[in-house]
Amino acid sequence: MGSSPEEIAKHVKVYVAVFVGLLIGTMLTVGLYHVHFETFAVTVAVALLIATIKAFLVAAYFMHLISEKTAIYAILAFTVFFFASLMGLTLFAFGDIPRLTP
Amino acid sequence: MDIPYTTEARPDTGLYNAKVGIWLFLASEVMLFGALFSSYILLRVGALPGDWPHGLLNIPIGTFNTAVLITSSVTVVLSWAALKMGNFAKYRKIQFVTLLCALGFIGIKTYEYNEKFSHYEVWKSNGERVTGHIEGAGKFWTLQTLAAKELDSITIHADEFHYSVPAREQAHIKKERKAHAAEEGGDPAHHGATLTIPTSDIQRLSAFVPSHSTYFAVYFTLTFLHAMHVLGGAIVIGYLWGPGAKMYRTNPEQYINRIEVSGLFWHFVDLVWIFLFPVLYLL
Repeated sequence: MGSSPEEIAKHVKVYVAVFVGLLIGTMLTVGLYHVHFETFAVTVAVALLIATIKAFLVAAYFMHLISEKTAIYAILAFTVFFFASLMGLTLFAFGDIPRLTP
Repeated sequence: MDIPYTTEARPDTGLYNAKVGIWLFLASEVMLFGALFSSYILLRVGALPGDWPHGLLNIPIGTFNTAVLITSSVTVVLSWAALKMGNFAKYRKIQFVTLLCALGFIGIKTYEYNEKFSHYEVWKSNGERVTGHIEGAGKFWTLQTLAAKELDSITIHADEFHYSVPAREQAHIKKERKAHAAEEGGDPAHHGATLTIPTSDIQRLSAFVPSHSTYFAVYFTLTFLHAMHVLGGAIVIGYLWGPGAKMYRTNPEQYINRIEVSGLFWHFVDLVWIFLFPVLYLL
């Protein structure tokens, strides 16, 4: 990422835009709470999709991941792999989900 | 001996030490919160319908707190940008807003916790369950408290719905009541009944504390761990803003790097909340 004062000044505009985007995302999440989707799975998917977009905005722009050095990406590649594995482990527990119908 | 690469970047990676350090630390933090999130998923999908409370948290307050944290995240990055442009006074001003937001977040969270500690659920011997506020009750009351105080009965202002009533059904009933009130010209606002329950009919009494249910155990564990991260971040940012700012005069480059690194931690804490809020308040 360039860090001359002129470039930083340009970044400031991006930061403010991301801030507005995050606030809109929050209002959208809360607004959708009052909409009752077909199934609970859809509700969860929509909520997590908005959260993921917001998380991307924070990580990419506030944390400058959009233009970071390779070494940082390498560290995060490991993190993504282990985090995904950890979440994937929960799939093994699907047999434990209470059955609603006999 | 001087520690190398505190300010200038290492030629092969292009990074200064602290940047690598904070990202390694954040990677471990991802796993810490990840472990708790995966536990949450297992507990959530394994819960019987009606056992998982919803609608008990204050959504407007939670939304406001989310906005407070997002604001602090943008002020952190803007204050760093001000420093990068050589404007120390502007950095000081903007970062002060960050600190106010941090204190605001913790203050609001404390208020929310307090509300929960005096909000009760009563399990009656006949299997009925009522949630609400007990007249004259403080925090953390249990059946033992009633016995110690030699109370024969409690008066509870019941909530409009018990949390086992699905949200969809609650919305439906509310709609019907509203329509009914419009026809009759009555008051559409419905409050739960005020009930007097003899102590002998009570099987269990609990405030909304971690031991109330799996849900509240998860809620308090995750939000308290998160709040401690907010506090920790605020202490570091506050130190660098106050006494730690001396370094700007002697070694501005290293100081700006410290601000950047503390900012990265702060954004991570914001990022965790972005997931915590919908998961705990809305789902």
